[in-house]
Order: sequence, then C-alpha cells, then structure tokens
Amino acid sequence: MLLLKDIQKSFIEPDGTTLPILGIEEFCVARGEQMVLVGRSGSGKTTRLHVIAGISRPDQGVVEIAGRDITQLSEAGRDRFRAEKIGYVFQTFNLLPAFSALENVLLGMTFTRKAANVARARELLDRVGLGQRLTHRPAALSVGEQQRVAVARALANNPQILLADEPTANIDTGHQQQIVDLIRETCREEEVALVMVTHTPEVCSQFDRVDELAEINRVAQRVK
Amino acid sequence: MLTGLSIALGTALVVIVLVVYGVVAESFRDAAQGYHLILGAKGGKLQLTLNTVFHLSQPIENIPYSFYKEFTEYKDADGRPTRGKYASAVEVAVPYCMGDSYQEFRVVGTTPDLFNKLSYGTLPDGTPKFYEFSAGKNFTADDFRGAVIGAVAAKKTDLQVGDHFPITHGLAEDEDAHVHEEDAFHVVGILRPTGTPNDRAVFVNMEGFYLIADHAKPVEAEDDKAEGPHATQLIQLREAKDSLQQLLERDTLSAEASTEIERIDGLLRTILEKLSPSKAEVKKSQSAGRSPDDVAGSADGETAGAIAPLPENQREVTSVLLLLKNDVFSQILHNKINEGSVAQAVYPSREVAKLFEGIVGHVQTILLILAILVIVVAGVGVMVSMYNSMSDRSREIGIMRALGAARVTVMSIVLFEAILLAVLGGVAGVCLGHGTIGAFAPVITANTGVMINFWEWAPAIYLGGWSVSPELVLIPSLLLLAVVVGYLPAVVAYRTDVSRALSHSP
Repeated sequence: MLLLKDIQKSFIEPDGTTLPILGIEEFCVARGEQMVLVGRSGSGKTTRLHVIAGISRPDQGVVEIAGRDITQLSEAGRDRFRAEKIGYVFQTFNLLPAFSALENVLLGMTFTRKAANVARARELLDRVGLGQRLTHRPAALSVGEQQRVAVARALANNPQILLADEPTANIDTGHQQQIVDLIRETCREEEVALVMVTHTPEVCSQFDRVDELAEINRVAQRVK
Repeated sequence: MLTGLSIALGTALVVIVLVVYGVVAESFRDAAQGYHLILGAKGGKLQLTLNTVFHLSQPIENIPYSFYKEFTEYKDADGRPTRGKYASAVEVAVPYCMGDSYQEFRVVGTTPDLFNKLSYGTLPDGTPKFYEFSAGKNFTADDFRGAVIGAVAAKKTDLQVGDHFPITHGLAEDEDAHVHEEDAFHVVGILRPTGTPNDRAVFVNMEGFYLIADHAKPVEAEDDKAEGPHATQLIQLREAKDSLQQLLERDTLSAEASTEIERIDGLLRTILEKLSPSKAEVKKSQSAGRSPDDVAGSADGETAGAIAPLPENQREVTSVLLLLKNDVFSQILHNKINEGSVAQAVYPSREVAKLFEGIVGHVQTILLILAILVIVVAGVGVMVSMYNSMSDRSREIGIMRALGAARVTVMSIVLFEAILLAVLGGVAGVCLGHGTIGAFAPVITANTGVMINFWEWAPAIYLGGWSVSPELVLIPSLLLLAVVVGYLPAVVAYRTDVSRALSHSP
C-alpha cells in the first residue's frame, strides 16, 4: 500500500552546507497495517511523515501510495492526493480556533473534489465521543477532546493511510491510552494503514511493528 | 477590525460628498428651471443670475418698468388692452424688485404669477414641480401688502400666516439699512420646501413694495409736464409763472407781482401733489387697491378709500423672469434684447452650470480626492495589517496546506478576506454615510433649504451608455482596491512553507 524506495532527503543549512535528513532504502506498510516509528530527535521521523504526505518532496526516490508515485505529481496534484488519500494527526492537534468541532472536521473535506459530507463528519465525531459537542470551539474543549476532533478530521475523507505525529505527546498520561485506542480502533474499522510516531514506550509496546530510526540514514527494523 | 472601520469611514465620507454634491447640483439646476430667460440691467451676467436666482451678491441696477411692460399685455392710458412689443412670444413674465431684506433674508417684490404660473425643477418622470403652500395661499394681485415666505425663511423668522412684518430698506449687512416700520406686510402663505434658494427668500406683492418710502424712482420736473390728463394746463401755468418771473427781473413789474408769483408757485405745487399720490396719502389706507393694469396711466389721484398704486413713471424692476411660448423664442429674444441698450438677457441654466462647474465642481473634486485618499490610506492599512498577521497565521495556513489545501486555495482565502473586509467596510460606510446624512438632514434643510434625506442616492452618472449612481461604482472600486491590497499578503500565504509553518509552536 505504501512504499518508500531509495529516498534521499537533505536540507541546506544557512551556511550553505548540505545536511542529510533521510536515507531510506525501502520502507513498506501494508493496507490496514498499524506500525510505529521511534527514534531520537533529529532522526527524521517528522520529515519521513512529510515525505509520505507529499508535504515535502524527496531529493530522489519513489513514494508510492496505493500504486501511485506521488513524487511524479505536481504540487497541486500532491495537495489533492493528500486531501483525498492521507489523514494527518498532529502532535499539537492543529485545530483552527475560530471553527467549531464540526467545522474543523468539515474543513478537512473542503479541499477534495467531493462536497463536504456533514453526515459523515457528525458520525465521526459521534464515534470519537463528541456527538454532543459539535458546536464547541477548540478553546471550550479539553486537550483530549481536541485530539479526538483531530482524529475525526484526519479520517473525514476516508483516507488509505493515517499519519500520526506524536498524537499523545501533549496529552496527560491518563488520557493517552484512550487516544491511542481511538486511533487504532477507528483505523481498524476503516481499514486504514497507520504510521504513528511516538516516544512513549507504553504505546510502542502495543504495536506488532516498531521501526526504530537509530540514526540518520539508517533504519533498523524490529519486529516483535 | 480597525482597518475595516477606516474603510467604512472613508466610504462614508465619499458617500456624503457624492450625495451632498448631487443634491446641491440638483438644487442649483432646479433653481434655474421653470423659465427661459432673465432680463436685467446691462452688466455682469453672473451677478444678475446670483441676484435673481440665488438671492445673493450686491443688488444690481434696475431696468425701466416700461421695458418690462413690453413683455406683457396691459391697458394703456385710455384703458385699452395693449400688447407689448415682445408679448406674443411670452407665456409669463414675472418681475422681480429687489434691494430690501427681512432679517437675513432677501425680500423680492413680485407678482402672484411667480407661484401660480412658474414651476421649479422637474420630477424624475419629467413633469414640472409647481410651488405648493404648507400654510395659507399665494397673495393676490389686489392684496398690496400680501407676502409669501419661503420655507426656511419662515422657520428661521418664526413668521406665521397672519403675522405682520416690516422690511428693511437695503440689505441687513448694509450700514445705511433702515427699517420701514410703517410699511408692514402681512403673511398670507408659507411655501413648502422646494430645495431652491426661494426657500430662503420673502416674496411680497410688487405693488406694496413700490409704495414703501424711498422705493419710488425720483421723477424729473420735465416728466411731470408730459404726463397726466392736466399736462397742458400745467405747462401753461409754468409758462405764465416763468414769464412773470422774467418781467419781475427786468423791473417792469411792481413788487406786488412777486407775491402773485409765489401764489402761482404754491398752486403749482398743490396741483402736482394731487397729480402724484404721495406716500402720505398711500399710508392713509391699508385696504386693497386696484391692480396695476387697472390703474395704468391713471395717476390722477382718484383713489379715495383705497391704496393707489405707484405711477408707472416712478417704477422700475430689477429683473424679469421670462417663460416663453417655446424654446425658439428664447434664442430670438435673447439676441434681440442683448443687441439693444436697455437691458440684457441671460440663460439662467447656462450661468448656473458655469457657476457650478467653476466653483462647486472644484470643491467637490477636492473633497472627492480627499475622501478617495482616505480610502486608499485605509486600504494600505488593510495591506499592512494583513501582511503583519501573516507570520501569526502561518501555522493556520500550514494546517490547511497539510489537510490538502493547494497554494492557490490559501492565496484565494487571504484575498477573499481582504475583499470581504473591503466590502463589509464599504457597505458599513454606505450605511454610515446615509445615516449621517439622515441624522443631519433636518439641520441641513432648515439652514440651507437643500432638501436631503437618508434615502437620497448620489445622482446617476453615465458610464458607457449606462446610467448608474456613483455609489454603485463605489463597491466594485473597493473590490478592486481589496484585490490590490490583498495581493501581497496573499502571495505571502502562497509561499508559506508547510513544514516550517507546522514546526512553529502554537
């Protein structure tokens, strides 16, 4: 379902030197598979997610999702592909503060070619336990509730893959498991592949596949 | 919010300038409509127009009453109906006698035809607007002391129908102005507001105006010889007196003859006084007299018990409003009168247009430029404000991009915000402008006579064959401004780096 092959990605430092960030020979995730990426800061976890999402373009290599190499798409094409096929949950939730919970979910639907499906948005919010808080703005929601809205938004367009960048980092320990359970359960129900970045060992221990980015340019795969 | 407010204020200013200019322009045009020509003494055309139409500027010279009569039908000395030289071309000729005032308002001596037969301006469907009275009615020709008060003048002076008021000889600001307490007029009607300068004037019966002390033209002795049914006898008496005087001077008569000469002289004065009714006689009666035509040429003093009109040889008019039977006559008469030496004829509409373009037009242009500058400055404010906010909003833009929004989409969103701000500010400004006009309308109308209200739209202008109100052009102009000022922030949004934007802490 997801294949990264011969990926190279580097950034240019202000002093003009090139800093390699990613060097991936091959990275695959099957349809409906759930896995986590772990690694130290600067190991390129977020950059990897950006490359998969088409937010960043690799210097070279193939990023194939559902049989389509998105590196061959134009930027606008990648934007549309991202809107329709990829869900993204951020560490800091990234809800728009001026919008209600329902509007934030609908916002994710507005960038596809399909009309926003209000019923689907309501159903998703209901599924994450916010059926009674549709009109609340982020400021009126707890941290956990905000992340639930973010999960609902990420799944709004029936994506084929969900990328979650440390979704529990800003959530207190008591609610972390609820969020992880919610993400895993909804991905399972929707048959969505899940790639989650996390630093939490308790979370890692729940996954069958944990890819550890030991150091830059090297990927060690550990299968439990 | 503040930038939206500044756009609203700028727009409100433009709306106020456009509407007030439009209403004033219409008021100017209306003031000079309803008749074709103004006759007046030779001299400045503009001064004649200012005096007659706007009741402004220093008074001008008069023209002979006999010249005015050439545009009317009247009865001659023997009572026979006579038609003036130009009367066949004239529908109505309304004389104006000016030079007096009541408080700050000019007094115009005229005939009832002004309100009965002339109109002012036109309604949107092209029909002429006729004078109407909010109280009372027009004065009649035989009510010598009747007066009609313009709407603003009535409000300011508190004059009501039935009130008596004296008028001031000369203008209120003149040093030698003095009040004719003994020659009071009574108000018979108050005009509805017309939006013309006539709202700020007092109209009195011309006959009464003539009878006020000092209003009679000084008559030369020679004039007396030639007029009246006893002219021959007068001349003979004068000749007898002169002859006796000469004999006395040559010492061919005794000293007693000088007593005889004085007796003849006294007789002459008595006869002359009887022939020309003095103001003393006029003041004796306040009742109605005869119409000017009825008494034309009958200055024989046979008016016991009624006010006798001033003899025609002592009359003058300041100007005459001429409504002609058709437009062709106006050109012919205009040329003919101006070729003569007695008076000049002017087209009031042309003079008003020149005056308007020359003075008011420039003021409007300056105000419009200022108002547009306010909007442009507000627009620049919007640009600076939005541009500065882009760094704060980069994360928001990053989120949208991460959710699949294209660069063009976020750029459009920012542009749309600028447009929304400009349109909402513009609409608020239009409402604010009209609200301000509506709020001050009663004060403006009461003080200037310019009729204006909340719903008053700026008069239409012609754009590519279409007639549109400039206010409707305002909103598309604001849209254009919004696109221009929103472009730079939109480009910033377009160029936002998603990875960097998302890495910023919220």
